[in-house]
Amino acid sequence: MATVDDPYKGYRNSGLETLKKFDVRVWDRVKVLSESGTFEGVLLPRNEMADTFHIVLKLDTGYNVGVRAERISAIENTGRSEGHYKVPEKEFPYDPEKHNVVLLGTGGTIASRLDYTTGAVIPAFSPGELFGAVPELADICNLQTHKVFGIFSEDMGPAQYIPLAQRIYKEINDGAEGIIIGHGTDTMHHTAAILTFMVQNPPVPIILVGSQRSSDRPSSDAARNLINAAMAATGPIAEIMVCMFGPTSDKYGLLHRGTRVRKMHSSYRSAFRTIGDIPLATVDRENGVKPLRRDFNPRGGSGKEFKLVPTFNEKVTILYYYPNMQENLIRAIVGAGYEGIVIAGTGLGHINRPLYNVIRWATGQGVHIYMTVQTLWGFVQMFVYDNGRYLMDCGIVPLANMLPEVAYMKLSWVLGQTNDREEVKKIMLTPINGEITERERPDGYLVFQGGLPEVEQFMRDYLL
Amino acid sequence: MNLWDTNEIDYAGLGFRCGIEIHQQLDTHQKLFCHCPVGLVEGPANARLFRHMRPTLSEMGEYDGTALMEKKTRKEIIYEILNDRVCTYEMDDTPPFLINQQAVDIGIKLALLFQCKIVDEAHISRKQYLDGSIPTGFQRTTVLGTDGWMPYKDRRITIRQINVEEDACREVSDVGHRIVFRTDRLSTPLVEVITAPDMRNPIEAGEVTKLLAETNRISGLVRRGIGAARQDVNVSITGGDRVEIKGVERIGLIPGLTHFEALRQKSLLELRDELCNRDISLDNFAYNISDATRHLLKTPEFVGHWAVDQGGVIGAICIRGFGGLIGWYVFPERTFADELGGRVRVIACLDKTPNLAHRLNRAALGIPEREWESIGKGLNANTNDALIVTWGPQRDVVTALEEIAARCREAISGVPQETRQVLSNGRYTDFERILPGPDRMYPDTDHPPIPIEMKRVSNARASIPEFPWERRRKLSEAGLSQQLVSQLIVHPRFEIFQKMVEISGDIRWAARLVAETIKHLQRRGFETANLTDKRLLDLAESYREKEFYREGTLDILKVICKRNRKVSEAIDEIIFKITDEEAELIFEDLSDTANLPADPFKQKRYLMGQVMRKYRGAIPGKRLWDKVSAMTSRKDKATSEPRE
Repeated sequence: MATVDDPYKGYRNSGLETLKKFDVRVWDRVKVLSESGTFEGVLLPRNEMADTFHIVLKLDTGYNVGVRAERISAIENTGRSEGHYKVPEKEFPYDPEKHNVVLLGTGGTIASRLDYTTGAVIPAFSPGELFGAVPELADICNLQTHKVFGIFSEDMGPAQYIPLAQRIYKEINDGAEGIIIGHGTDTMHHTAAILTFMVQNPPVPIILVGSQRSSDRPSSDAARNLINAAMAATGPIAEIMVCMFGPTSDKYGLLHRGTRVRKMHSSYRSAFRTIGDIPLATVDRENGVKPLRRDFNPRGGSGKEFKLVPTFNEKVTILYYYPNMQENLIRAIVGAGYEGIVIAGTGLGHINRPLYNVIRWATGQGVHIYMTVQTLWGFVQMFVYDNGRYLMDCGIVPLANMLPEVAYMKLSWVLGQTNDREEVKKIMLTPINGEITERERPDGYLVFQGGLPEVEQFMRDYLL
Repeated sequence: MNLWDTNEIDYAGLGFRCGIEIHQQLDTHQKLFCHCPVGLVEGPANARLFRHMRPTLSEMGEYDGTALMEKKTRKEIIYEILNDRVCTYEMDDTPPFLINQQAVDIGIKLALLFQCKIVDEAHISRKQYLDGSIPTGFQRTTVLGTDGWMPYKDRRITIRQINVEEDACREVSDVGHRIVFRTDRLSTPLVEVITAPDMRNPIEAGEVTKLLAETNRISGLVRRGIGAARQDVNVSITGGDRVEIKGVERIGLIPGLTHFEALRQKSLLELRDELCNRDISLDNFAYNISDATRHLLKTPEFVGHWAVDQGGVIGAICIRGFGGLIGWYVFPERTFADELGGRVRVIACLDKTPNLAHRLNRAALGIPEREWESIGKGLNANTNDALIVTWGPQRDVVTALEEIAARCREAISGVPQETRQVLSNGRYTDFERILPGPDRMYPDTDHPPIPIEMKRVSNARASIPEFPWERRRKLSEAGLSQQLVSQLIVHPRFEIFQKMVEISGDIRWAARLVAETIKHLQRRGFETANLTDKRLLDLAESYREKEFYREGTLDILKVICKRNRKVSEAIDEIIFKITDEEAELIFEDLSDTANLPADPFKQKRYLMGQVMRKYRGAIPGKRLWDKVSAMTSRKDKATSEPRE
């Protein structure tokens, strides 16, 4: 990857040769003479993923164009104009009346800027920047920010989960009255789940927040999500929660319990939903946190010990079952040294008959195999059909209505502590915070079907 | 000097410059960055979205002035969603799909028609629009061509840039802090053609815009009808600055609008000079503000009293040294107060007019002399100062007072760069927003660059029609009237017209038929859809073969329209079958005709009417007329020849 000081950022082959030939560098003001016309503007870095035949100019009108290197006859250097992308920075004010909130940055689009070499947005993070961009935060809390990592959410793993959990635990012990974690949205629900197991019974709110539209867009949900997260972090619910848009409109955020939340759309602002239950609360700037239920852990703690359990075993996997799955797949997984498998089975928790023997073999090898459902909503019910009973006899343990990704995180976490079959099973089946619920509320499953007259009426009456 | 007469103004002396940006919707099946069908729909919306906009930085690290202005307005934006026209892309809930290649090809062809150079690699940019008209907060746009030109009079008009971009929403309403948009039009592919400021007077501005529109339309690749084309007109004069008159839908308004904009800038420069004479500079510009609510609590006749009744406030501002200048004329009928009022309306969202009072209108607005003086006294205002009062919700009044001060300060420099909207009289304009600059541009990170191979350009070049100015020259040389030429060169059936000329050898017959007769029939309710391309070509062939003569054309077309007949059937039905020899006999018959009017002129008309009733189109009208003329003794033939 090109370094920051690289004067030919992103250019290779013919593009690079042309720049060198005419002795011009990225951010130079240039006049380019080419068969395709004469262009004046600033020479921009080239996206490393793009072809190597063009150079990119920002014209004085603000438009960018690519000029084919081989058609260029001359480039004249007329000055220099380096970009200095920076949000106006201001010191965050302190008000003794307000809660002290710590914002931990992990990356993602809650705070991001353009990366010319990849042509994508990259995470950027500084407290002054954040206040410069979202001054409303100062009306809500006192804010300290710490950049813990700067990575995309899909790159998160145990190497981040453990230090993040330790940092949260430390910040709370040091007096933080609320924690906000800026996080990319893709694996936000994975992190929410693992933090629930690692940081138990926190006395203050721990909020994961991100954005579905990057903060370099005027329509971004980043600022509003961050404001909502600050409201939640100063609010009454002391749990690990995801705070993202309720509707796609700029109305209110939802606070989802970290073990029941899932990203359900690749791009909608309202992508995050509580599955098989209802969210904990709504939150917005005007009304604050409005609980939708009473059984949350209150600020100050529920009397149970606030503890840190930062364990993780990487030899766990999720197996998403499909018809005609072959037994050698499971043999390969076990052969690769995996100690735990979470199966996302069909229907009530099923897999095909030819796998039964290999499952029995794998559990016999000491592999811990748990069953969840790929329907996401509903319970594993392995007593209803004989197949299910047989599978349990083979050593598979049903995980009630635990979501597959949550089960993966929990099994990884448990196997980081013990390998004892009964002990693992006991911890897996004892909910730490809602990953298994005793009952499914009738309104825990609401996936409206578009096109129906009553649903269309609902859409007309309420903001999307 | 008559300010209304464009002939009396010395535009060259003013340094008048005008450039045009013309936006024309492309005739594609789908939108530019998603696969939604193009087209407007009426009726209630299926759903609504509620959003806000926040300004962001350009990639050079600058905030755009317009963006900051829009932030001050604190608008709540409602989008009307239409399930059949909009997907999650328009809602800004899905990134763009790859650009519509049909639109790119049309854009390349139009760029070639304007003799532009085609870029080697197109980059999608985001052009910020924080007024809410696009849910993303920016318009995706890409430059396809640069450095083109078009002949005009004895010179060239430079075409700076041709862009393909997505259209914005239609505005439904804009009241206070709430603006409502309909999303059906959103993301319809547009071409934007940008000229250099080469137009030297308002008449030229209008004429060049017509030529630009003509060139777009000649391609046959753009949408037509109301709203399919909109113009932004940029005007400046020496010492003034670029002002953009936005979204002019009727080209006919452009001369008047640019004329009055030039005069407005002239007045603002005179105001600048007056301020300079008064020694007011950016350094010593001063004002102070106060809450004037208590002064006007007990004056129910005051038009702004509603603000107090609704819990709002009345604010007052004293601008030092501006005494007597608020009423400075900037248009024949508008003053500097209207400049201030425009800013207050747009930025502070105080859109209930009148929204401010000053010395000249305060009595009419119901502020008594005594109260006015006590407000002034509270601000230490003397006769050299200007006093202005505005009213509404408290936050808005604070914004309004700041904007009034900001606009007065700008008067010291002369003409602020603005985007202005056309008022309903079609002549004057009012403030719309601060003119955006290049800082509002940002590369689109969601879409990769689009290489445009030379092969693609040469294919496009092979398929573009001839240039409109060449087409115009050829048709004019063929002797057609200017009106017919103008109709024909952008006519959707121009190619059919050309073929009809080739077949029939009679350009005037074909021109009138295509440009006028069919339109005439359509207006009178005939089913002109029955006049298919094939039938028009058949008609030209029958015409060449003398199966009918020119005078029979209209009757044949009527039969085809009415009864959906083939050309041959229509001719059989309506045209009298007669040989040359038989035609001679008819004239013999005529010589026996009794009851002839005595007057020789009437006699000729009478005879002509009789034969035409039966033989229209069967015998050339000229031949009948000559025969009739020969039979009567009238000499003065030329004046009463039948029309072609």
